[in-house]
Amino acid sequence: MEKIPEIAFYIYFFMGSNSYLCANFQGLMSKKSIKSLLVAAFSLFILFFCNISTAQDHSENHGEEKFDVTKTILEHIRDDHSWHLWGHTSLPLPVILKTDKGFEVFSSSRLSGEHHEPVVYNGNYPYKSIEGKIKVVNADGTIDEATSKKIFDLSVTKNVASMFLTVFLLIIIFVGVANAYKKTGVTSAPKGFQSFIEPIILFVRDEIGKPYLGHKHARYMPFLLTVFFFIWINNLLGLVPFFPGAANVSGNIAFTMTLALFTFIIVNVKGNGDYWKHIFWMPGLPVAMKIFLAPIELLGVFIKPISLMIRLFANITAGHILVMSLICLIFIFKSVAASAIAVPFAVFIYAIEFLVAFLQAFIFTMLSALYIGMAIEEHHHGDAH
Amino acid sequence: MLLEINPLVLPDPGLVIWSTLAFLILLFVLGKFAWKPIMKAIGEREQGINDAIASAEKVKAEMAQLQNDNERLLAAAREERTQILNEAKAMKDKIIGEAKEQAKVEAAKIMADTHQAIENQKMAAIIDLKNQVGNLVIEVSEKVIRRELSNKAEQEKFIGDLTNDIKLN
Repeated sequence: MEKIPEIAFYIYFFMGSNSYLCANFQGLMSKKSIKSLLVAAFSLFILFFCNISTAQDHSENHGEEKFDVTKTILEHIRDDHSWHLWGHTSLPLPVILKTDKGFEVFSSSRLSGEHHEPVVYNGNYPYKSIEGKIKVVNADGTIDEATSKKIFDLSVTKNVASMFLTVFLLIIIFVGVANAYKKTGVTSAPKGFQSFIEPIILFVRDEIGKPYLGHKHARYMPFLLTVFFFIWINNLLGLVPFFPGAANVSGNIAFTMTLALFTFIIVNVKGNGDYWKHIFWMPGLPVAMKIFLAPIELLGVFIKPISLMIRLFANITAGHILVMSLICLIFIFKSVAASAIAVPFAVFIYAIEFLVAFLQAFIFTMLSALYIGMAIEEHHHGDAH
Repeated sequence: MLLEINPLVLPDPGLVIWSTLAFLILLFVLGKFAWKPIMKAIGEREQGINDAIASAEKVKAEMAQLQNDNERLLAAAREERTQILNEAKAMKDKIIGEAKEQAKVEAAKIMADTHQAIENQKMAAIIDLKNQVGNLVIEVSEKVIRRELSNKAEQEKFIGDLTNDIKLN
């Protein structure tokens, strides 16, 4: 936990505008700081609930089961090997492991016991699910880190399942819309779902594709549209608080990293001579400045996709944490009265999250287009820089 | 080492692989079966709308042209009418003028003829008168001669009487 400030600094560095995220990110790191954060953020009504709070704290010390806010929130935003349905019921998902003894496939139901508690499953190794990750455990129940590092987890986790649900949904929706175009022809006005989708496609084309990619936009439209809708639908599904939503796909750094990686590959593969020249030998500047700028520009090549990755991950995760934190207030205060404040706030944040879901999909796509546009742009000689 | 702090910021390699797969499938399927026909259809529709607007613009221009032409024709017709009217008026004036002139000439001619006739008549009358005067002179002379020119005074008186008798008109 001593590295929290460092993480916070990185988040500040990349996020800039999303101040609420930074606060939350820190809150996530330790259960003590989440309380202090909440006190800071909602001091107004904390003051109001002051008496209840102290009273509850007093009784909490003598309570049998201590409510762990951080654990609860983390459980909700992290990936898992089963998909929680209701109560103690979960949808089991296939666990696929690659070990030095070969591949191994088993149901995730083997990893949880009767009361949803993690149990040891004896495959090639004795496995146990620790905080959503498959670990190899020793006979005495301790984690065998060395062997755990050797297994490669290719499981269809909650996020993977949710992602493929999104893929399925997107294919159904857009192939359906495409067929509507084929059926009704191009002369008639769009109908039904087609009329809902078309303005968004046009928005992506006219607000993202055309301004940043110019006359070459048609070539990159499939990528931009796919990225946009993939992120957006994942964001929206992530906001659904129960099955088949509730998976935090676009708030998972592996997912955002993958998408950022695609942008990174396209930018650097499609980047023309001018693009590389502007990185290594910036024209129109004194030689000393050129040498000085080259490493900075080179770093920028990597920082751009990293910023894409962190922006989406952090925004979506922050939104989830924020909603969860507000709901958790009720459990922290152990008072129904807290819900009078917490629920409206949570609903308010939820409404904002719907905006953020669209906004982040838009920003990711727009910045991808911007980076690609910068890489494929043809500079005219004598440009001022 | 930074990424090892929290599992939240540690990308799970399995999920990276699945994400890549999911995204590639999506990119391929949607690219082939959705974006291509949709973008094509949207492009075609936009083209169609543009064409329709352009043709409407063209028709509008043609209509304006037509109206212009009509107005021009109307103006020309009006002009022609005025011209024809003016010409007719001029013709009328001319004809009237000519007629007047002719009448004048005719009248002058008639007058001249009349004058001529009067002159002729006058001359004839004068000739006749002269002849009568001559006859009267001869008669008078005869009478004078017949009364014998004895009395000179009487003769003269007689001649005077005779002369008085003869009044030329």
